[in-house]
Amino acid sequence: MNALTDERLLYRGSEWDFETLRRIHDACEEIALGEMGLNVYANRIEVISSEQMLDAYASTGLPLFYKHWSFGKHFAQHEALYRKGLRGLAYEIVINSDPCVSYVMEENTATLQALVIAHAAFGHNHFFKTNRIFKDWTDAKGILDYLEFAKNFVARAEERYGETAVERTLDAAHALMNQGVHRQRQRRVPDLRSEEQRERERREYDEQRFNDLWRTVPGKQQAHVAPSDVERRRALLQLPQENLLYFLEKSAPRLAPWQREIVRIVRNVAQYFHPQRQTKMMNEGCATYTHYRILNRLHEQGRISDGAMLEVLHNHSSVIMQPEFDDPRYSGINPYALGFAMMQDIQRICEHPTEEDQEWFPEIAGCGDAMPVLRDAWAEYRDESFILQFLSPHLIRKLRLFHLNDDSGKPALRVDAVHDERGYRRVRQALARQYDPAWTEPDIQVVDVDLSGDRRLIVEHRVLHGRALEEKEARLVLRHLAFLWSYDVLLKEVDPNTGATLREHAVAPPRD
Amino acid sequence: MEILDRRLNPKGKSLPNRQRFLRRAKALIQDAVRDSSAKRDIRGADGGGEVSIPVHGVREPSFSLGEGGQREHVLPGNKEYREGDEIPRPPGGGGGGSGNEGSEDGGGEDSFRFVLTREEFLELFLDDLELPDLAKRRLAQLVDPAYRRAGYTSSGSPANLSLSRTLRNSLSRRIALKRPKPESIAQFEAEIARLEGLGDPDDEIPGLRLLLDRALQRSQRIPYIDPMDVRYRRFEPVPRPVAQAVMFCLMDVSGSMTEEMKDLAKRFYMLLYLFLQRRYKQVEVVFIRHTHEAKEVDEETFFHSRETGGTLVSTALEEMRKVVEARFPPAEWNIYAAQASDGDNAAGDSTRTARLLLEHVLPAVQYYAYIEVGRDGEHGMPGFPRGPTDLWRTYEQLVVAGAPMAMKRVRHRRDIFPVFRELFRKRGLTEEASA
Repeated sequence: MNALTDERLLYRGSEWDFETLRRIHDACEEIALGEMGLNVYANRIEVISSEQMLDAYASTGLPLFYKHWSFGKHFAQHEALYRKGLRGLAYEIVINSDPCVSYVMEENTATLQALVIAHAAFGHNHFFKTNRIFKDWTDAKGILDYLEFAKNFVARAEERYGETAVERTLDAAHALMNQGVHRQRQRRVPDLRSEEQRERERREYDEQRFNDLWRTVPGKQQAHVAPSDVERRRALLQLPQENLLYFLEKSAPRLAPWQREIVRIVRNVAQYFHPQRQTKMMNEGCATYTHYRILNRLHEQGRISDGAMLEVLHNHSSVIMQPEFDDPRYSGINPYALGFAMMQDIQRICEHPTEEDQEWFPEIAGCGDAMPVLRDAWAEYRDESFILQFLSPHLIRKLRLFHLNDDSGKPALRVDAVHDERGYRRVRQALARQYDPAWTEPDIQVVDVDLSGDRRLIVEHRVLHGRALEEKEARLVLRHLAFLWSYDVLLKEVDPNTGATLREHAVAPPRD
Repeated sequence: MEILDRRLNPKGKSLPNRQRFLRRAKALIQDAVRDSSAKRDIRGADGGGEVSIPVHGVREPSFSLGEGGQREHVLPGNKEYREGDEIPRPPGGGGGGSGNEGSEDGGGEDSFRFVLTREEFLELFLDDLELPDLAKRRLAQLVDPAYRRAGYTSSGSPANLSLSRTLRNSLSRRIALKRPKPESIAQFEAEIARLEGLGDPDDEIPGLRLLLDRALQRSQRIPYIDPMDVRYRRFEPVPRPVAQAVMFCLMDVSGSMTEEMKDLAKRFYMLLYLFLQRRYKQVEVVFIRHTHEAKEVDEETFFHSRETGGTLVSTALEEMRKVVEARFPPAEWNIYAAQASDGDNAAGDSTRTARLLLEHVLPAVQYYAYIEVGRDGEHGMPGFPRGPTDLWRTYEQLVVAGAPMAMKRVRHRRDIFPVFRELFRKRGLTEEASA
């Protein structure tokens, strides 16, 4: 077969033009939608230069964003690393929006563009559109408009109130960004119609069950307890509240309206990114699995040449490289590697199950077609639950995973479980917890405000497993919190089991 | 699906962010810049380059879990461990999984490195310095006209035609003279055509035709663009003072000058060169070194080759006078001179030196700086217990008499910058400080 004359090839060599991109996209689409049954937003592919890629990096990958010095800092950092050749640039950036925007670099070869389009424009895109957490928490249609609004709002605020004032508010809000997300759906404010309906249903139920006899049964006198002051206050302020930015936006007494709006903008951006942090591994796994499958299929169909396929495999294998724990390059578990391995493993279980798989995964083992299983997993799970549900003994053995317990009270680390019959479930559970924000991030809540006294804000950190906050950082953040609250702030670190206070940090608002 | 080419979109989108960052970390970066300038050579000093600042200065704090407590890690690649094995804690405490804990912004490192452009570098480096007032003495003598935008004119060359101004005038004239718009003419025509089609029931066509003719005539009489509308951008010549400077570096290279002393001198020259380069388009440097005789040399020889002999400062001044006469007429050049020496001079040369300086050198230069270098620790006590050197005494008399020169002692690398800043500090500041 002569590669130069083969009519089926999508492109030859490494050069590409816009027509090539279109052909590649259409070929990928055929496989992604036709064979894999993916469900994607319309695609928009934007070609950018490496300089623009650095720009995009600096503002956390968003195409337009308000101005803040920290983005300048990130830019300077990336630029220094890139110039010295210590770090390459990503081949693409993809935005969770509708239409789904993928940025591809002009330096990429035609093969890389194919890889990137399959990876981002179909893999990530499908995940963004179908995953439950993304559907619940982000608004893909509105995000670009919202960013535009945020950018203009901040720029106007800078003009009216001065760059320094805006910067200070942004700094403070950024420091609390991780505590600026709702993890549960907010309690819905009752409206009249649904309240009436509920009342009616309750009355009907009471009438059905009415029996006059109950009135004659002797019982304890029901003492009607009036809610205490504390309870009333906490109900009024919707406390306890884990979303610090939301609390400040709604209740901080001395914020100017524009400051409230800025706090709200930062909170909304944090909320927009929250699903990405919970599904990083699955999202990358989904994209990697998709590009691997699409490009292999294109190669089978003779639409990309053998040489191009080798380039694909070379890039693919460096993306999913997982150094072992004692390797100097080890820096945590590579989300691409674990995600891809788990999805390949699911495919294996569906197509060629072993006896062990039959026992562990009776619902899916041997069902033949992996795609429905994967599509369901991509839609309904997040990293933590995905591992808990689908990490198989076979994969635990393959990665030789082991579980280490590190108790600072003891002189040595202890191996708690390894990849054997006794350890599978424990390793799986521990790995899942490693991906659970509830375990890895500090649990910090606003618990009370001294309304009748000096308006002191009381924040509580519930210390899990004896892991207290890093003190210096905590004080810096508290200073920002006190600035937004504009009265004293007290952070208590509390042991949730005993209720004892372990440490306290009190910070006064900056005077000026 | 759509494919968009964004490559031609404006670049440098994060430039405003970068400026905000530089402003924010200004004090830190300024320190870093001054540090890093200690390692460069004179001409290569202006290239911008990498600086590193302590990371805590630009930290973005967030709540994070500290050391201690119970942690769990799941790691890949087990080799020989079995359940229940105890592993000694690796040094550093973080355990095998410390990689997970690294913060996103690379906050694990102690310093933050990045690259400054040349402009940013010099801006920070020479932030609040200025040339002494006396530099103005000759600035305005030779003029070199430059052109500057200055409003509009009704005559000029086609290249300077201002389209927007011209069309604005034309539009206001057309409105003022009620020139019929093309649309209204088209409307008349359409109306006539429509009525013709209907057979003209109300006999309106002749009236309309009259109106149409009038409109056509009027639009011909009143042109779209009249010569009186046309405007050109006007440029005005402004005299610009000549902006070229020459810097004389004079140095004693006799045996008594050690490498250390020469290094101090070099640092001072470097600062001066940078500073002049900021203020003048073109800066020439002349290196003159002397023992008991003086010679103009290149930079390499100036700093690195060794020479033996006595010390006669006057020879260097004589050489400088010759070079000035031959190549740098003071009327056209701003001349700066900096002399570095350990203060030794042959007995009996002082008078000659003072006379040369007073009569030939000082009248020609804008500023004359004398740096006396000494070794750190050479003199046990602060000050010079050995007493002022010959040269210092000689120059001191001149300064007291009001000559335009400055003199300072430098004994350590860390003195260079303060001394330089003192010599060139803004006048207003000095007076306030001393008042």
